This record gives sequence, C-alpha cells and structure tokens, in this order.
Amino acid sequence: MRVRYVVRKLGWAAVTLMFVLCFNFFLFRIMPGDPAGLLARSQRLTETEIAEQRAIFGLDKPLMSQFWTYLHETFTGNLGTSYLTGQPVLETISSRVWPTVLLVGVGTSVAIWLGLRMGIKGGWHRGSTYDRTSLYGSLTLYSTPEGWLGMMLLIIFAGSLGWFPVGGYDSGEDLSGLAHVIDVAKHLFLPAATLALGYGASYMIVMRSSLLEVKDEDFVATARAKGLTETMVRRRHAVPNAFLPSFTLIVLSFGFVLGGSIVIETIFSYPGIGLLTYQAIDAYDYPVLQGVFLISSVAVVIANLLADITYGFLDPRIEEV
Amino acid sequence: MSDTALAAPGVASPRRLVWQRRRSAVARNWTLYRQNRQGMVGLGVMVFFALLALAAPLLVPPADIEPATAQGLPNHPPYMGYPLGTDNFGRSVLDLVIVGARISLLVGVTATFVAVALGATIGLISGYYGGTKIDVGLNAITNWFLVIPWLILAIVLSAILGASVWIIILVIGVTSWAQPARLIRAQALSVRARPYVERARVLGCGDRSILTRHILPNVAPVIFANAILTVAVAILTETTLSILGLGDATAISWGVIIEQAFSAGAMTNGYWWWMMPPGIAIVCVTLSFTMCGYALDEVLNPKLRGR
Repeated sequence: MRVRYVVRKLGWAAVTLMFVLCFNFFLFRIMPGDPAGLLARSQRLTETEIAEQRAIFGLDKPLMSQFWTYLHETFTGNLGTSYLTGQPVLETISSRVWPTVLLVGVGTSVAIWLGLRMGIKGGWHRGSTYDRTSLYGSLTLYSTPEGWLGMMLLIIFAGSLGWFPVGGYDSGEDLSGLAHVIDVAKHLFLPAATLALGYGASYMIVMRSSLLEVKDEDFVATARAKGLTETMVRRRHAVPNAFLPSFTLIVLSFGFVLGGSIVIETIFSYPGIGLLTYQAIDAYDYPVLQGVFLISSVAVVIANLLADITYGFLDPRIEEV
Repeated sequence: MSDTALAAPGVASPRRLVWQRRRSAVARNWTLYRQNRQGMVGLGVMVFFALLALAAPLLVPPADIEPATAQGLPNHPPYMGYPLGTDNFGRSVLDLVIVGARISLLVGVTATFVAVALGATIGLISGYYGGTKIDVGLNAITNWFLVIPWLILAIVLSAILGASVWIIILVIGVTSWAQPARLIRAQALSVRARPYVERARVLGCGDRSILTRHILPNVAPVIFANAILTVAVAILTETTLSILGLGDATAISWGVIIEQAFSAGAMTNGYWWWMMPPGIAIVCVTLSFTMCGYALDEVLNPKLRGR
C-alpha cells in the first residue's frame, strides 16, 4: 500500500534533517577560531551575556557534550543569540519570514506559470519562431546572474523610468486597506520579477525537453489516431506525462531559489531572510547564519517530502522503484 | 609481457587498436559536433574568452588596474582611450573586464574540476557496486547534498572560511558535485551490465581494473559533457558569492567588479558603463558553455539528436 511509501519518505526526511543538524554543528566548529573566541567579536553582547551564552552552550566542555547540548537546545527552540542584535536567533529569523515567503511565493508561482506555458507551447511547436525565440531567450536568462539582472531592472525601471520604488518592503507610510496592498505590491514587483525571470527560464527549458521526450511516444500517436483534436492530445495525453519529471526538478530547485533570494533581497533591500543573511555575513554573525542554514534546510526538506508524497499519488508506478 | 610482444608482425597491438578506435570515435563526434550551429557558436565565444584571459597580461599593463597608478578620470562615461568608461579609481572598465576574465574562468574551470572529480569518483564507485551497502551509503550522501539548499551552504561556508579565490573554488566544488555524481552513477549502472564487463571479470580483472579500464572510458564522454555544463553553474555561483561580498577583493573577477560598482553606488548614480560590461561578459561566457554542453549532449546521446 501507499502507507509504506509515505513512511519510507518520512523516514528519509527525518534522517536528512538529522544529518543537517550534525553538519551544522561541526561546520561551525571548523571555522577559524573557536566559537568562544568568536563571541568576543560580538558587537552588542556584554561580558555577562557572553558568559551566559558560554554556559548555555557549554563551550568549555568536550566536543561531544557540546554536541548534546546543541541538540537539546535546538530541539527546544533555542538557536542561540545573534552577535549583532543580542536577540534570540529564532525570533530574529521568524520576524523576517513573511517578506521572503511573499517574494519567493509570488516569484516562484509566476516562474512556474510562465515557464510551463512557454515550455509547452515551444516544445509542441518545435522549431517554430516562437520556440526558437523563447528557447534562446530562456537560455540567455538562465545564463544571467540573478543579482546582476536585478541591478539592471532596478537601474532601468526604478532609476531611469521611476516606475517602481528602489527598494524596501513598503514605503513606511501609515497606509491602510487597499492603499497598503498596492504599496506592498509596488515594492514587490521588481524583486519578484527578477526571481520569476531567472527561474522561469530554467523551468521553460525543463518543461520543453520533457515534452519533447513524450511527444513521439506511442500513446500520443494512439491518441491522435483515435481522432482527438491536437489540443486534446496535448492537454490530456502529452502534457500530464511530461509534467511529472518537470515537477521533481522544480521542487528540487526550491533550495536554489531560496539561495537566489538572498542576492535579490540584498539588491532591493527587501527585508526578508535573505537580507538578514547578508547582514549576518557582514557582521560575522555566525549564530544567525547557522540558524538560516538550518531553517532553510528544514523548509527545503519538507517541500521535497510533500513533493515526493504528491508524486507517489500522481504516478503510482513510482512505488515500484 | 608487453602488448607489443604479443602482436604478430604487421598486426596492430591491442593497445594501439584501442587508441585507434578512440581517435576515430573522437573524429566522428567532432564531425557531428561541427554540424551543430549552436555548439559551434558557443565554442567560438568560449575560445575567444579563453584567449582573452590568457592574453590579459599582454593587453593590460598591471599599473593600469592598480587603484593608485590608474590614469583615467574617476567615474567617467566612455571617452577617448576609455571605450567603456572608468570606475571610481579611474581604471578603464574595459581593462577590468579583460583582467576579470582570468579569475572568472579560473574559478569556473577549477571548481568544476573539483566538483566533477569528486562526483565522478563517488558516482563511479556507487554505480559499480550498485545495490551493495557501499552504493546505498554513497547514494544517500549524494541525495543529501542534492536536497539541502546548496547555494545557501556555499554562502555559509565561504562566510566561515573567509574570502580567497582558492576557498571559493573549494566551496563551489564541494557544494556542486552531487548532480554529476547522480548522472555518472546512472551511467555506470548501465555500463556495468554490459557483456564486455562480465567478460573482463571472467578473465580475472579486479574491481579496480574494471572500473578504470572498462567503465571509466565508457562513461567519460558523459562526464565531459556534464563538466562543460557545470562550468556555467560554477561561474554563476562565483558571481553570486562575489555580489554578496564573499569574493576575493584582491583577485578581480567579473563578479567582484559588479560588487565594487554596487557598493560604490553605481546604481544610484547611474554609472551604467561600470555595471553593464562585466555582467554581459558573464552572460556571454555562461551561455557559450551552456550551448557547448547541450550540443555535446546531443552528439553523445543519439536519442536527443534532431531536436
């Protein structure tokens, strides 16, 4: 039954997260200078607060006992204290979650919609002008660093044309209702467009090639032979079969999109987790970096788990593998 | 007993035969590749930038890109002698882009070498021992690296380890080997099942010799095509890291030029001549590697031909 498949996937997700936890611990112990020494770089913490942190994480104890403390503290939601602000890391990160969810959510949705549409249309009419234009356009966008793309959009549409604000989440004015929504949307437009263009291009390439893969299969010929219209053959037979491999790749790319949003948020001063990461890099705020890596890994692993389970239901053959 | 000793007069030795066969395979593939316009354009652009990178020390005197000795007017749009304008130190942007080709390509190619060497070793061993505990273990590690947000890992790693070209190369290599490994494992799994591998085993070949003599040569073309595509990803990753300020400021890469322009306020002041050229160079080089990689894939994978 399906249950076995789901349980196996759940187990794999749990193992992956355990590895992330261990990795995260040892990663931040190999850095030049021990964590205790690094605490001294702190800009906001006082001597007593540093001593407190040392005590909580047992930084003077042997590595193994530090590891157990770390596991215990992580599971109880204590990810340490930011060197920069003196606030708990979990709180610092969760206060920045919403803008990133909005940016990545809107950007990815548009990217998927655009990429799949263009990929299907191009692949189905292979070699047409539309196909060539969209393929080369996508290859070029795929080869463009998102950060630089964002800068170009910013210079053109916010600088020269002045259509959009240059950055931030909103204009900070006390707006309510619809006016606030429009304000937020205006600020969101350019960063979300950068993300959508950058990743929509790669989804287009993936969707196009998987449609080409199934286009010449027997079942498509059969569908055509029984007199279905071209549109029906495409919609009912070709696209559903071509969609599955693209689906996996899109989900696998989610972690990459999160990484890309760090650069995009930095360029547009968009106050999400990405900008927080940039500020943490700048200030050697290791606990925050550690927290960002942990939380984004959790997000990515859960996204993959959900995708795997959905995939299992969409395509029952997968269970046999 | 050497191979030549075995051969009868006038008959080629087995080793020579093998090399003859490989040479003719390369020639055959090259004929096919030449017919691929996309691949040839990509190759042309790639060769142009490679030559530019090699010739950079001849084209640009070191004093011209030293902030202290640069002669141009600061932050000036294109003018006589400075076809792409200048940066805030009065350095010619064209000179910077030419010099930047060296580091960007060095990082792209070397990081790919690290990633593909790691990926190929792990993928080959995993595929060769397919189904055993070794495979299960290595495959789990590969899948783990595929799932975790590797770009964020790369950012965190270089933030911890510090900014230097070699550390960036290492970081990109260590975070991007999983994709090649998965591909190579799948190839190795299918090559392993072919009759000549079984024959080699019956004749008493050890694991090591089967892996290096029989499986590796057959997987090599796939590794090569994948490596070309990985260079594109590596160059883009280097740019991302540089834009975030994790680049090596002493080694000017295209990403570093963009970052310097960005932090010098080129955006708010509208210094487009400073921001645009390095980005366009990155797009050209990445696109050329991608096009070559796809073209190679098509040549080596007959199923894809005619697309």
